Amino acid sequence: MRSETLIWAVVAAIFAFLFIPILVIVLYAFSAAPIPAWPIAGFALHWFADTWADQAVRQALVLSLKVAAVATIAAMILGTLASMAVARMQSAAKEVVSFIAVLPIALPGILTGMALAAYFAFWGINLSYWTIVAGHATFCVVIVYNNVVARLRRMPRSLTEASADLGADAFRTFRLIQLPMMASAIGAGALLAFALSFDEVIVTTFTAGAQNTLPLWIFGAIRLGQQLPEVNVVVFAIILFTAIPVLLAQKLIGESGKVAR
Amino acid sequence: MSLSKSLSRFGWRRPGAASVALLGLPMVWFAALYLAAIGALLITSFWTVDDLSGDLIPGFSLTNFQQLFSVPVYTHIALRTIGIAAAVTITDIILAWPVAYAMIRLAGPRLRAAMMAAVMVPLWSSYLARVYAWRLILSHDGLLNWTLMEIGLPRLHIGYSNWAMWIVFSYLWLPFMILPVAASVERIPPSLLEASADLGERGFATFRRVVLPMALPGMVAGAIFTFSLTLGDYVTPMLVGGRGSDFIGNVVYSNVGVTNNIPFAAAYAVLPLGVMAVFLLIARRLGAFDAL
Repeated sequence: MRSETLIWAVVAAIFAFLFIPILVIVLYAFSAAPIPAWPIAGFALHWFADTWADQAVRQALVLSLKVAAVATIAAMILGTLASMAVARMQSAAKEVVSFIAVLPIALPGILTGMALAAYFAFWGINLSYWTIVAGHATFCVVIVYNNVVARLRRMPRSLTEASADLGADAFRTFRLIQLPMMASAIGAGALLAFALSFDEVIVTTFTAGAQNTLPLWIFGAIRLGQQLPEVNVVVFAIILFTAIPVLLAQKLIGESGKVAR
Repeated sequence: MSLSKSLSRFGWRRPGAASVALLGLPMVWFAALYLAAIGALLITSFWTVDDLSGDLIPGFSLTNFQQLFSVPVYTHIALRTIGIAAAVTITDIILAWPVAYAMIRLAGPRLRAAMMAAVMVPLWSSYLARVYAWRLILSHDGLLNWTLMEIGLPRLHIGYSNWAMWIVFSYLWLPFMILPVAASVERIPPSLLEASADLGERGFATFRRVVLPMALPGMVAGAIFTFSLTLGDYVTPMLVGGRGSDFIGNVVYSNVGVTNNIPFAAAYAVLPLGVMAVFLLIARRLGAFDAL
């Protein structure tokens, strides 16, 4: 019994470690001071209005939303197709394909970023909106793939066989049987992919050229030590904004609560 | 017969063809973008740059790699990066165990779900926001030093140092370790633990000889993320590391952004690729891919 109490005390401390920084972000967003310092001397709301009025922040926000939307749609299509193919494969081929498929998230981000930069330089492709989208889609596909593949593993094959026995062709089986059963996994994967794209900075730096996504704007502002009150507000808004899709995705995946990254 | 009918008949008779049809689009995309990009990285790492014009000179030259291995700074930076990635991985394994164990073995179903959500939220919430939070906490007049002063201890100067990077990376990637470790603890049948107890093993011996080996794939799966994510970062070193805290990623970043020497940057980026290739091969041996 005593050792159990000890374990819970340690666990409580670890959860405090996980959440204190997030709490700090929330508090600083309402700080009145132009330069962040602890303890927070006074609270104000006007930084929210100032941030919202900042054209640079708005442009970055719009670009981030556009990138995340298109990268997520691409990921939904490609990730679902790949996971359906892998689910049908025999063990040897399956192992190879599923190993290669997770490389974009298993290999270091600097590698993906640098590889894409070298690739675009190799072909003389100018960095643009589409190079950002292409970079994000590489890892977004994996997120959707992981979630759908986990769902298909639990889905009995007998259902599609029964559908075929009853005379439905492959497309009809897909529409009436497979898609409805995969839908929540695809949705969860899409939400997580969106959240990841919206926040990505390591790869984006190498594929963005002169444009700023929201994370690039934040990164630049922190490095230069400029507009820190606005950074506080934006960062708080992002925490709030990304928590929603994540919690939603968890609901969609169900009680097992395992989200594959 | 309709087209969709004949197509699906063909697919039913030849399951291989159906798999290829499904995989076609993702495979072309993946090969044309990701794999080709890695290929371009390897090829350009042998190129050079014209000193005067700054133009890329295609060809096969080992200059970049010679420079990497002969200039002590670059070796030093590589060792720092790999060393901190290893330290972060070990730290996260140690921190993940109590959480995973309490979540799976001690908590009831409702508390377990709540704990799971509490691990998921930081995992997915903004990376930049969390690094920035630590920059605020560890800075000279931040929360940490204020707390130390309040309880009568001297200020610490760990902001902008390797210590800061170690803390922040361990913090950032901890959820990536907790989840696979918890999943592998969940898969251990309770009967094994009872058998161990029946055979006279005490609590810790059971942990060391039954639980730990069986959870090894989960730990290695988590380590793939903690190690790889640390290895490939340059933002955290820039924001919380000090002047002498460059990572491999920082050298790559400045060679692309500042000096525009893409071949040299590519050559240096091959290093984490090699390190991860070795790591992934070992991980596969240890069964980590079944635990992902």
